[in-house]
Order: sequence, then C-alpha cells, then structure tokens
Amino acid sequence: METVVDLDAALFEGLCRMGDTTLVLGHRVSEWCGHAPVLEEDIALANMALDLIGQTQLWLGLAGDVEGKGRDADALAFRRDAWEFRNLLLAERPNGDFGQTLMRQFLFDAWHQPMLKALEGSKDARIAEIAAKAGREVAYHLERSADLVIRLGDGTEESHKRMQAALDTLWPYTGEMMMADDVDRTLAEAGVMAAPDSIRPTWEALVAEVLGEAKLKAPEGAYMHKGGKQGTHSEHLGHMLATMQWLQRAYPDAKW
Amino acid sequence: MSSEWPLWEIFIRGQHGLNHRHVGSLHAPDAEMAVKHARDVYTRRNEGVSIWVVPSSAITASSPSDKGPLFDPSNSKVYRHPTFFDIPEEVGKM
Repeated sequence: METVVDLDAALFEGLCRMGDTTLVLGHRVSEWCGHAPVLEEDIALANMALDLIGQTQLWLGLAGDVEGKGRDADALAFRRDAWEFRNLLLAERPNGDFGQTLMRQFLFDAWHQPMLKALEGSKDARIAEIAAKAGREVAYHLERSADLVIRLGDGTEESHKRMQAALDTLWPYTGEMMMADDVDRTLAEAGVMAAPDSIRPTWEALVAEVLGEAKLKAPEGAYMHKGGKQGTHSEHLGHMLATMQWLQRAYPDAKW
Repeated sequence: MSSEWPLWEIFIRGQHGLNHRHVGSLHAPDAEMAVKHARDVYTRRNEGVSIWVVPSSAITASSPSDKGPLFDPSNSKVYRHPTFFDIPEEVGKM
C-alpha cells in the first residue's frame, strides 16, 4: 500500500469508493426487478436501485473530472475490470433471499446515511452538494430498511430465522465500511471526505437499536473481511460485472 | 400468514390547496406500510405532497343496481343548477 498519497489521486480513489459502492449495490438491487415477492416491494426496490444508480452518475462523474483523463461516469462504470472497482465488499454480496437483500440494505444504509451527512460538511463544494442530494434519498432508504428489518426480525418464526441467518452471513462484511487506509486518512486530513472510522459510533448505535427491536443478535468477535476498497474482490463481482457490462463491451459506445 | 395482505385505497394530494384524489389501490400489511408503498408506487414522479391510506374494507359504496332510484330523480331538475340568477354588476366575477 502506498504511504504517500497525492491529494487528487486520493480524491479519485475516494470518489470511486462511493460511486462504485452505489453502482454495485444499485445493480444488485435492480436484479430484483420483476422478481420481488409482491408488486409493491418490486417497485420500492426498483426505485431504490434507481436512486443508487443516480448517485453513481454524480460520484463517478466527479471522479472522472478529478482524474482528468476524459473518462466519464459511463466509461468508469462499464470499461473497468473487477480489480479496478473500489466498492465495499458488502455491496457485491449476492441477493440471496429477500431477507438477505433487506439486511444488506439496512447494514449499508445505517452507514450510508451518516456518511453522507458527514460529507455534507466537505470543504469541496462539489462533494457537499452530491452528499446533500443523495442524503435526502438515503434517509428514506434507511427508514424503510430499518422498518422492514424490525418487522421481519420480530415477525414469524420463519421470518426471524431468515433474518438472523442473513445477519450472520453479512456481518463479517460490515467492518470494512469503517476501516480507514492511507487514502481515507489523506482525504480526511484535507477535510474533503470524512474518515470511515468516524462513522462507527453512529453506525453501531443505530444498528444496536434496530437489531434490538428486531430481536436479532449480531455475531460476536466475527472475522471482518476487507479489500474491496483497494480492489480485492470476491468472486461474485466478476459475474455481476459480466452481466452489467456486456453490452458496452460487445458494442462499445452503443447508444439508445 | 394469510397469502394476501389487505387492500388499501390511496389518496394523494398533488399540490397545496387541492383536495386529496383517489389514485388507486395497493396491498400492504398495515397502514404504515401502506403509506410507504403508496409513496413508492404512486409518487415516484413527484406527484404528491400528502398521502392518505384507507382500508378498502372501510369504504361503503353505493350499489350499481340502485343507480336508478339514487340518481335518476335528479336528472331533469335543471332548476337545481344556479344558472337562473342575474348576478348584479357590482358583485363582479364569481
């Protein structure tokens, strides 16, 4: 890992971390389109996927500007390979059942919302602006996912069992959201992006509150996976990108 | 669990000052979820500033077979429309 990080290079990395995470999660959520358990949830999930992909356009658009090599959001989204992606590992976890999708969403939203709140205070006006816009959408995502986790966790025997299983499976991917590396520290010191570890107290309090109400128990002392932010991904990302990118790969620059 | 959630009738107020209008119906386990679903299903193109949800079962509707007795008698009573009054000049537009 580099120890001395140029601010613009760090900013490009930091913006890709935000944009790739919303892109990968947005694509994952969109995989439910037409498959959700009921029509109402289908539309709700599709709305959320579109929110996330809209945010991706802003984050990756800015990343392309900062990089200054003529790559726009589409080029970054569709012309990079898995090892160039900087998304959190949590975002690329497969959808699993509906409970797993919801749990992933909640664990992420509980981080995303306070992170955007912190980014609203960025010294870089472009970042503050994107964070403010995205924050309004994510406030609703969090309200919805927290509510559903409580309902299903404290629901029937079957729904409780599934939510607990989802929590056990996903928990080891939560730590990465709050781990800071040199890039994060460079950005935090410059006041342009909040340090991931500064989000931990808010995240922990929120998650503890909701899991308590949902009668779910977080695993203790679980090993935490990391590497997504540095480009080391699970096998799942490649498969997802193959689906997501095939059109631009097969027909470069194809337009509607 | 019953396989079907109850049905809710959704009313949306489009702009300040206008009435809530019936926009459709959807399924939800309770009122709170019905509001969330209504938000996702019926306000995704920025249609609303306020949502009402009402259990469909709470609505009592007139029966189509009563249509005759209920509505026919008002059919030929033009004098019930306030179109026979001369409005004094000083009142202006009404």
